[in-house]
Amino acid sequence: MFRRSLMALAGAAFAALASLSGAAQAQGTIKIAYTDPLSGPFAQVGDQNLKQFQYIIDYINAKGGALGRKFELVAFDNKSQPSDALIALKSATDQNIPIIMQCSGSNIAAALIEGVEKHNARNPESRIVYVNCGAVATELTNEQCSYWHFRFDAHVAMKAEIMARALPKEVTKVYLLNQDYLFGQSVQRDVKTYLAKLRPDVQVVGDELIPLGKVKDFSPYITKIKASGAQALLTGNWGPDMTLLIKAGMDAGLDLRYYTFYAHLGGGAIAIGPAGDGKVRSVMAFHENVAVETGNKELEEWTKAFRAKHDFDFYAAGFRTIFEFIQAGFNKAGSVDAAKFAAALEGMTITDMLNTPVTMRKDDHQILTEYFVGVFSKGVKYDSEKTGLGWKTEVTVPAKDLDQPNTCKMKRPRA
Amino acid sequence: MEVFLVSTLNGLVYGMLLFMLASGLTLIFSMMGVLNFAHASIYMLGAYFAYDISRTLGFWSALVLAPALCFLVGAAVEMYGLRRVHRNGHIAELLFTFGIAFIIEKAVQMIWGLLPVPYRVPAVLDLPLFAIYGTNFHAYRGFMLLISVLMFVAIWLGLTRTRIGMVIQAALTHPEMASSLGHNVPRIFTLVFASGAALAGLAGVIGGNYFVTEPSMAYTMGPIVFVVVVFGGLGSLAGCFIASLFMGLVQTYAVVIDYSLADLLKSAGIAINTASPWAEVLTVPIPRIGALLPFLLLILILLFRPRGLLGTRDT
Repeated sequence: MFRRSLMALAGAAFAALASLSGAAQAQGTIKIAYTDPLSGPFAQVGDQNLKQFQYIIDYINAKGGALGRKFELVAFDNKSQPSDALIALKSATDQNIPIIMQCSGSNIAAALIEGVEKHNARNPESRIVYVNCGAVATELTNEQCSYWHFRFDAHVAMKAEIMARALPKEVTKVYLLNQDYLFGQSVQRDVKTYLAKLRPDVQVVGDELIPLGKVKDFSPYITKIKASGAQALLTGNWGPDMTLLIKAGMDAGLDLRYYTFYAHLGGGAIAIGPAGDGKVRSVMAFHENVAVETGNKELEEWTKAFRAKHDFDFYAAGFRTIFEFIQAGFNKAGSVDAAKFAAALEGMTITDMLNTPVTMRKDDHQILTEYFVGVFSKGVKYDSEKTGLGWKTEVTVPAKDLDQPNTCKMKRPRA
Repeated sequence: MEVFLVSTLNGLVYGMLLFMLASGLTLIFSMMGVLNFAHASIYMLGAYFAYDISRTLGFWSALVLAPALCFLVGAAVEMYGLRRVHRNGHIAELLFTFGIAFIIEKAVQMIWGLLPVPYRVPAVLDLPLFAIYGTNFHAYRGFMLLISVLMFVAIWLGLTRTRIGMVIQAALTHPEMASSLGHNVPRIFTLVFASGAALAGLAGVIGGNYFVTEPSMAYTMGPIVFVVVVFGGLGSLAGCFIASLFMGLVQTYAVVIDYSLADLLKSAGIAINTASPWAEVLTVPIPRIGALLPFLLLILILLFRPRGLLGTRDT
């Protein structure tokens, strides 16, 4: 309780500062609100995203922005709390900002979708579009889909399918280990579904749920995995639940392939360390060596320049696609009006920085884009977090393979 | 059998690490009645100090210097903070350590950043020690066991065989009397608090590279240590030792026992299916709630034996 109120106070102060500095800036910019944890235990997520977004926005602005105006990012701390995200939404709409972005936490995303729906229904003169850059619960573009919500990351079922497609032929026994909450459970369910569909020869020899963030010592799980004879471990775990699991496995000398959703995010490489060479894999939209692998010199220079400025990896470089969509959306709409912008974004296809087509599917506002499974290994041009090891593409899954059916019944506003 | 043996070893290693952390806290808690919320933060500081020191002077210097630094931090906190707050009672002390925990966490984030730091196991110990049934037992885990056993013996001897230990013991059970007999109780308080901090620092040096050194490490380790201290009992190092091992083993075994209450009832002749009342609770397998068992045990012990396992005074 005490902790909460202290953090709330700090957050309020931050939000006030952020809005002050926002107001002081030029009126001519198109503002984009961004909310994620900027304080508390997950502050790293928001902090690094913010710096990467800023870099991308500078690039987009140098390319002309949209409608002859430049973009400006306005940050709001939500402390990983849905209620604070709604306060951020309120501040954004008060300032007449047409877009709110949020990346981390599907519970927050669900609250935002509802909040945006209500706001737009009640205030047709100041509507706002919610750009989702990483809340991946499958439901958000199915049962809970909304016209005002656009998701720019593959959802859990898509990532599960990518994982199932990436399993090599010789792997026939897999072990699932996930966190015991909404996200982990949906990873568990979807991975099993797509394994049954795409790889009926694969046997699930273990299926485990662990309490979220409570396990310190993973060696007992490793003992169990070893006893099961599994060749690969498939996990949606993030944070310490992922890194400690992998570390324990490597210490025990287990001959195992680790398939993760999130090993490539900030802090993963350091925590896993050099011992992870060739063992750890992650499902991702982009990694810095893709530019090298595809011989895309311009893109390589662009990601390299980020490294020169910052002391961490440019893992969110793939988010450039989001801002290119926003740029193209405003230009097509010919206005900063959120309703026109949303209409423009629907069904739009652009060619992204990897020269592949990316589509914002009209039915459910889910992005369809190429995805990669990278393996953490030595001998790559750009290493991660100064470990000497980096990500190397092992499998590329084209967008057309991920065009999964959806159950969204979109309610569109009357024109 | 194979799984049982490996799990026992796992449980022992984890239990001993818990003990390293909890022993310092139990000393402070017993002696001063302060449930030191900043204890796990000192553990984190120990890990970060060790990371910095090991980069220049090597791991072995870090093993000595980092706990020494934590000792100084602990002494400073006690002498310049806690002692003043002490006059206003235990609640004030509790809140004070709570504040310290926040400040340390924020300071760590500001100095070392939000990302984990690459604090690694030294190369000499980064190899498999032996293998049982094809599972490697890492040399560093053996080292952890060794250090924690040495630490236990050292504290034990220190408390029972030295003069200062006798005074501490006296102050543990009868603080007013020890003071009346002319012992400098405030100085003993400082010593105990600083030593407790040093022990936490040592646990940080050992645990930081075994786990991951990051700003949230204090937050994740904090609750379980309190459970151990309360479970073991106030004023009892032996209780703390037993509780640590017990908690380590309980959590480890819980992971490998793939049964639920429904299976237990089934062997008693009662079949559970999805239509049965409470079916959702009864069919939850033990591994899924394994990490929560210590907290369940904490509640039980507070209800039925509030002084803890081997406690000498009521909490």
